[in-house]
Amino acid sequence: MFIKQLQETVKDAFAKKIELDIQSGNSKRFLGRTPKGAALSIAQYSGIVEYDPAELVITVKAGTALRDINSALAKNNQYLPFDAPNFSTESTIGGVVAAGLSGPIRPWTGSVRDYVLGIECIDGRGDHLRFGGRVMKNVAGYDVSRLIVGSMGTLGIILQMSFKVLPKPETSATVYFDCSQVKSIEKITQMGLTSLPLSASLWVANKLFVRLSGSQAAVAKGLEIIGGNRCLDNDLWQKLRDHTHSFFHGGSPLWRVSVPANSAVAEIGDECLVEWGGSLRWYKSSQQNEQFHEYAQKCGGNAILFRNGDRSSDVNGKLHPVLGRIHKQLKKSFDPGNILNPGRMYKDL
Amino acid sequence: MNIDTKVIEPDLSPVGLKGLFESFVDIVGESHVLTEKEQLYPYECDGLSAYKALPLAVVLPATAEEVCEVMRLCHKQNIPVVARGAGTGLSGGALPYEKGILLSLARLNQVINIDPPNRVAVVQPGVRNLAITEAVAHLGLYYAPDPSSQIACSIGGNVAENSGGVHCLKYGLTVHNVIHLKVVTIEGELIEIGGGGLDTPGYDLLALMHGSEGLLGIIVEVTVKLLPKPDVAVAILASFDDVETAGNAVADVISRGILPAGLEMMDNPSIRATEDFVKAGYPIDAAAILICELDGTEQEVKSQIILAQDILSQAGATGLRISESEQERAKFWSGRKNAFPAVGRISPDYYCIDGTIPKRELGNILVEIDRLSTEYGLSVANVFHAGDGNLHPLILYDANVDGEFARTEELGGKILEACVIAGGTITGEHGVGIEKINQMCVQFSRLELEQFHRIKAAFDPRGLLNPGKAIPTLTRCAEFGGMHVHDGNLPFADIERF
Repeated sequence: MFIKQLQETVKDAFAKKIELDIQSGNSKRFLGRTPKGAALSIAQYSGIVEYDPAELVITVKAGTALRDINSALAKNNQYLPFDAPNFSTESTIGGVVAAGLSGPIRPWTGSVRDYVLGIECIDGRGDHLRFGGRVMKNVAGYDVSRLIVGSMGTLGIILQMSFKVLPKPETSATVYFDCSQVKSIEKITQMGLTSLPLSASLWVANKLFVRLSGSQAAVAKGLEIIGGNRCLDNDLWQKLRDHTHSFFHGGSPLWRVSVPANSAVAEIGDECLVEWGGSLRWYKSSQQNEQFHEYAQKCGGNAILFRNGDRSSDVNGKLHPVLGRIHKQLKKSFDPGNILNPGRMYKDL
Repeated sequence: MNIDTKVIEPDLSPVGLKGLFESFVDIVGESHVLTEKEQLYPYECDGLSAYKALPLAVVLPATAEEVCEVMRLCHKQNIPVVARGAGTGLSGGALPYEKGILLSLARLNQVINIDPPNRVAVVQPGVRNLAITEAVAHLGLYYAPDPSSQIACSIGGNVAENSGGVHCLKYGLTVHNVIHLKVVTIEGELIEIGGGGLDTPGYDLLALMHGSEGLLGIIVEVTVKLLPKPDVAVAILASFDDVETAGNAVADVISRGILPAGLEMMDNPSIRATEDFVKAGYPIDAAAILICELDGTEQEVKSQIILAQDILSQAGATGLRISESEQERAKFWSGRKNAFPAVGRISPDYYCIDGTIPKRELGNILVEIDRLSTEYGLSVANVFHAGDGNLHPLILYDANVDGEFARTEELGGKILEACVIAGGTITGEHGVGIEKINQMCVQFSRLELEQFHRIKAAFDPRGLLNPGKAIPTLTRCAEFGGMHVHDGNLPFADIERF
């Protein structure tokens, strides 16, 4: 019923050229470019459709709260291994997939798109489409499910998705070392070349925090090898993931710079926080500027203006002209009327 | 749909072809343009030899720049292009197009850079899968995806097909292990997809390229992730009196929190065939065996072996053996890895199917395969990537018996349709190519197929890249079975196909 109505709404909007602003938990309104258009909420379309722990697969509707999914999985000692941020308790799984953001564990287990097996959506014509499936391996047709992850609602209104889930590690432990950013990158890179059961890293305020996860025996052995001081803050990783850590307080522009893990340290911005074994670097900067794009490009990565600052600017940077053309054609192929979250990701998309 | 209207007809007259071939020679050199029939025969098929065709020419560029130039020329003259890596694919994805050229990437075979601190390697598309691991082994690193053809298959083809292998339950498919691609578009432009970091803004074209079967662009460089080699790997060989019990044991292992590096299953006909061939020490009277491999640190593996043994016994295993050495572990695997050639010894020909189902459907699908096997009068031996529900039924047939291949193909098609009904898919890791193109009509609706065609047009509006593969035209679906496309209503409309 909800789907039929939604299809009618989209068909009508397509015919009348009404721009739609797709919403759910609204915990990531700050992300991307300024939303515009008529509000269209999918929050009521919620619930776990199917979950069979032995299959390692869960199928959920887009409006389902992330916390509800996490607790259903936790009852069976399983989890979504990309550890998506819960920017508010209202975060829903549809938004998680639309934004494609993963948490501190990402370099070791993978990202949101790595665990998406199938997606059901309504495109910009109001057509109901299903791609992928509920099985682990599926190479029939183009991988549209993964294409939709991180597309910020510009390709389709996500209705339902299936994920691969994993057994939760038996235990975790965190230690820290006092060291500079340069030293921290050296140290974590070295650890990454061994079979240590790493599951998160954080460098902030001249401290490197390292988490190990796995069986009791493997974590104990790992702690013995790396040494360091035991960290007693049990919420550290959650605070990092959900941006409630004090680093993320305040209203200055926040840059998210994604680079090769071993990239040289740059003296840019006012303050810096590094996670993902060196490959994700957050900068706070009192002024908006190009230096983050320049630095990222020099390292072979990219920078986005994640939070605050001018949300009408090119917050995701600029696409190479040929890539820009392909993006536009793909957008048009899903949403010929340009009515789904127009301009949320890039100005003309 | 974005259809280019200013299309010129290619000139395929002897004079026109002569001019075209000369232009290719100007780009890649005389010895790298093959046009004589006897030169073309080695390229007439890929690993699916039932389908054969000869291209106009085989062109073998040596660099990404040469690929760009060849593509510009083909685009200008409207010549279709089929890309080919090592030609080991099992779905006819690299089957030549008669009115087009075959673009072999075999000469782009260099490892460009190995970057241990960032745990990546930059390689050209013609580098063999196993050669990557060999190039980094001295650093204690390896490249995880291991399709069974890894000794011969090339990484470019792995990306195009999104290849799997026996370790993907834990380590993922090709798409999970590649961070950056250089791709040449049909217009001959070089683009970069993905990046040096883990996340890239914009649409996930990196994911889209994986498994796109050469329909969207030509892959000319691949940056793969490398992993530290696990300290220890141990395999358990478990035997069972019936196949369903073995299937349930797979579910038990996984729901108790173990994530095996590999979890493989073989049925009795496969066990017998391989034991005759490689003497892996398999129990020939068992209805099914499971190979469960655990890897990681010594402590981790030790504790998991105890748990896994316990679970498998409780699940009804009649025999359990644990590899005591690397040699013994390799011996356990030798049977599984030689299952296909072993079956090749007991039958003149065999045809490998590649469906995937939810694991709980394993018992049902085996009953259905058995029923179909009797109905068609053809034997089937089964090997599975049980951990991720990927089935490889091998249909035994004799190509010299009139009509037997046609019956085999039909049986294969029926098995795949049964996989779709069971909530699965027609291909887990081998790709659609030309082989499963009709079954695509069963798995997807008219609207979804139309969307696939629009995605194709976003990259290649004239449809010059690998024409006729992977995505069926709606006309083809209508011919395959009028019922499949009727007002967008599918057969088995009551079945969730999500």
